[in-house]
Formats: sequence, structure tokens, C-alpha cells
Amino acid sequence: MTQPLKPVIVGAGPAGIRAAQILVAHGLRPIVIDESARWGGQIYRQAPSNFARSSKQLYGFDASKANSVLSAMDSLLSKVDYRPNTLVWNAEGGQLDVLHEGNTSAVDYTDLIVATGATDRILPFKGWTLPGVFSMGGAQVALKFQGCAIGQKVVFAGSGPLLYLVAYQYAKAGANVMAVLDSSHFSQQIKAVPSLLNQAAVFAKGVYYLAWLKAHGIAIHHGATPTEVMGAQSVEKLIWRNSQGAHEIDCDAVATGYGLRSESQLADILGCKFVFSNADNSWIPQKDVAGRSTVQHVYLAGDGAGIQGADAAEWAGELAGLALIEDRQIQQQKNHSTRTEELAKYLQKRIAFGRGLSIAFQDPKNWACQTTDDTVICRCEEITAGDIRQSAQSTGAQDVNRLKAMCRVGMGRCQGRMCGPAAAALLADCTQQSIEKVGRLRGQAPIKPIPFVQSPTLKNMSSDTKVAT
Amino acid sequence: MHQNTALIQQGQLVRLVELNRKKLTIYINGVATEALEGDTLLTVILTHQKFIRQTEFSGSERAGFCLMGACQDCWVLTEDGSRLRSCSTLVQANMKLVTPKANP
Repeated sequence: MTQPLKPVIVGAGPAGIRAAQILVAHGLRPIVIDESARWGGQIYRQAPSNFARSSKQLYGFDASKANSVLSAMDSLLSKVDYRPNTLVWNAEGGQLDVLHEGNTSAVDYTDLIVATGATDRILPFKGWTLPGVFSMGGAQVALKFQGCAIGQKVVFAGSGPLLYLVAYQYAKAGANVMAVLDSSHFSQQIKAVPSLLNQAAVFAKGVYYLAWLKAHGIAIHHGATPTEVMGAQSVEKLIWRNSQGAHEIDCDAVATGYGLRSESQLADILGCKFVFSNADNSWIPQKDVAGRSTVQHVYLAGDGAGIQGADAAEWAGELAGLALIEDRQIQQQKNHSTRTEELAKYLQKRIAFGRGLSIAFQDPKNWACQTTDDTVICRCEEITAGDIRQSAQSTGAQDVNRLKAMCRVGMGRCQGRMCGPAAAALLADCTQQSIEKVGRLRGQAPIKPIPFVQSPTLKNMSSDTKVAT
Repeated sequence: MHQNTALIQQGQLVRLVELNRKKLTIYINGVATEALEGDTLLTVILTHQKFIRQTEFSGSERAGFCLMGACQDCWVLTEDGSRLRSCSTLVQANMKLVTPKANP
């Protein structure tokens, strides 16, 4: 090792911060690149600096965890090269292309920890592009980051732990929660209890939110699926169904999401191998227990490589940092191997909890075949379920990338972040294949839109010399 | 220059907390609009009106969706033509924004 290491961490959420902490503890000075203005990721997202709410008000039961992660990063600021407001939009040959305040530059790395997090997993319903429909995480961001509710009369429709958490946060903040529509059946949730007790504290919080909502008279419906949002120019009512039939709720906003999906575009561009994860019902970048990807010196940590939640992200970040130290034969600290084993054990235990969650929170039954032809699936390109079905039939597309080439689903600005899971489910249904078989939309540079003048032709003209010195 | 005709109605977002912040003025389609320091552009726009832009294809209204920089559905323009993702851009006094309209 004659050349000094240039470790780079992408993402400053719980995984990225814990990874940075380990590298610093071993004498390294990583570059920490984050798209947000302030660290914390989505889960521990910080409000703008002039906001006044306490961390208890912002993060509730998770305030002490949030404080721990946020203050860890605070104390690292002088020991890392922290680059907020910076988007990694491409990676090639030991170099990341980044965009910061409209300028693109290159960042060299020898070792890379990818901790890119997740966004909501969306299953569209008719009318979901109307103003007033937001993702579940988006509804939470509005409140946590901006102090706003997404509307005067809000319905929460979806599944997953966020459903009850965000509904609770809204009601507690004084918003008018019209109903919580959970696609899962209550009996399923009872069945999942033994596995969920594996993370008893997390489970207890979920039970608390549900009980609180019920105690405050908020309608909670299980086995309930949103079928159509109606309104002239914005949300006016939501139609939903359950085994008893169709129902209508007067509302002006809907938050929706069915769990989370990994932000895996960067891992894809880096050439990491992907595997199908039954727990995520999706393809995710492959990693070993410690977070090593299939590409040497590239590590994966947190929800960007399979959804495991914030606690697991902290463990995985720390573990990836320790793996990097091990792989580069840097002097290990005394407790290195015991800590490594301990973290691996925590993560192993979290897998059983994840299985419980996937029993407790299920997608709407037969979502794909119940979705009407006139439902927009790809909101960027305005491609409907009917377009997808017709394209699959007329072209014989068996794979989502082929489907994308044929009908533009997933080809828009978001690169299939919003429509990817839905497009895969529809194609699987049309072609009588599994979700695994239809594959995944491949990530492409730029990972997110960049200004036209910053196109790759300029990239070699502005290589960032600050990094090299 | 632009008329905020259909846009003049109550906002989509409702401010619940954090109301004691410094007030700023920005211009949306030429109309002076009140903002609070720390607001994103999306918050400013959607506390005054129901939508942010119209799509290029169908012309239907959009108000953003994910609020975390992933869906790319909340882009607005500055008067000099650069594009800003409104959910992840904090407001600055006297900004002049144009909400994208469908092609005529």
C-alpha cells in the first residue's frame, strides 16, 4: 500500500455516518458526499437550521437514536471531508462524477461505501398523479422538514410500518386524519407477531401508534385498497374497496406507499451483481454479511441494499467500515472481531423481523390484475397500465428493460423510481412470470437529471484538484 | 406577464407548526408571494396554490410527489430559464420563479 487510501462514503444517513465514524477512528479521512443540505438521511432528516422544534418533537420515540447519529456526525465534521448538497450522478474507473451547486466535478476513490438509502415503494391507483397525492415518506418530509400537512383532510393508504407512524405523527401534530387504509389483513398481522417480537421495542412502537390512532377515533381499515382518487384539478375524494365492497372518503390529500425500495442505481453503475430478495420482492445489490459487494473495495450499507430499517443501517454502516479496515489491513482496534461478530449477529436477527414485516404488511391482493387500463403507471412519461399490457402483448417483451424500450415505462426523469415495482408487477402478471423473472430496470448515468450544460463532455475539464492533493 | 388565473385558490399544503419564522417575498409567475425562511420552493408554491406545473404531454397538473428529490415531478423554472427541483431548493428572498405550463 504505497498510495494513500481515498475512501469515499456516499450518503450521510445512519449507515453512512456510522461508517464514517469507524474510518475516522482508524485514522482515515473519508470524503462524505450527501445530496441533502444537512446530514441524517431521510429517517433522521434535520429541519432547516432556523426551525425550532425539539428532537423529541421531530423524532418522537426515536429522538435519542436520532440525537446519537446526528451528534456523531457533528463531532466528525472536522475529521471528514463533508460535501453536502452534492449528487453523485455517475461512477467509472475509480472516479465519481458529482454535481454541486450546478457545477460538475470528479472525485477519485480507492474505496467506496455506498449508503444511498431508500424511497417509498409505490403501487399506483387511478388518479394518483393528481395534486394532493404524495408518497408516505413525502408526507412525513412535509411535516418533519417543513412543518406542513399535505392537506386539510388526509387519508393514509398503503402498507408497511410508515403507514401507522406517519398517520400518528400527523394526528399528533393537529392534522385532520380522515382514515388509515391498510392493504394487509389484521389476521396476517397477528400471524406475524412471533417474528416481530424479535425486535420487541420496534414492535411495541408499532402497536402503540395503532392503539393511539384507535383511541383517538381515527378510522382504521384492514384489507383496504385505494382504487381511485377523484377531483377536477386536485384530490376531492378517494374511492377504496375491501371485501364488503366500494367506499368513498371525502378528502383533499392522500399519502400512499407500500414499504420502501432501495436506491440502488449507483451500485448498479458500479457493476455490483444483483440478487433477487424475497423479503423486498425485488432485485437488490448482493453483499456479504459485512457489506462487501461483488466489486472489490465497494461496500454496501443500509437500506440502499435491501430494506432493513434505521437500526440495521447503523449496524451495517459500522460493519462495512470495519470490513474496509480489515480488507486494507489497517491496524485494527482491540475489540474488532468481537464487535464485527456482534454486529453480524444483530443483522442476522433483523432478518427474521423482516420476514415478520413481510407477513404483517402485504400488497393489495391481486394488485396487478385489478389495476385498470386507464391507470397511469409511469408518471414521468404518462404511460398507463393499458399501454404496458398492450406493449407486452404486441412486442412479446418478457423483461422490464425490453418493456421500457417498447413503451417508455420507466424511461422518464425519475428512472423508474416511482413506477419500477409496479411496471414489474404488471409485466409479471401479463406474461405469467414471477417478479424475479421479469428483472429490474437498469440504472443509468446520470443517476438523476443534471443541468444540460453539465453533460459528460465537460466532465474531464473540471476534475476536482482539491481531492487529489 | 403570466396570469395566475386558475392558480388563485387555497393552497394544498397546510402550515401546522414552525410559524414564527422570518417572512420573505418571492415572485411566482410575476405575482408577489409570501414565504417563510427555511421553506422549500415547493412549500411556498403549495401553501398558495394547488399545483406546481403542468406536464409536457397531457398538460395535467402536478404538485410533486415524493418530496425527497427522487420523483423529479416538482421542477420549476427561474425567470432566466434554469430548472430547480422545488422540493429540495430552499427559498431565497426575491426569487423569481415560473411554474412550467403545458405546450400550447
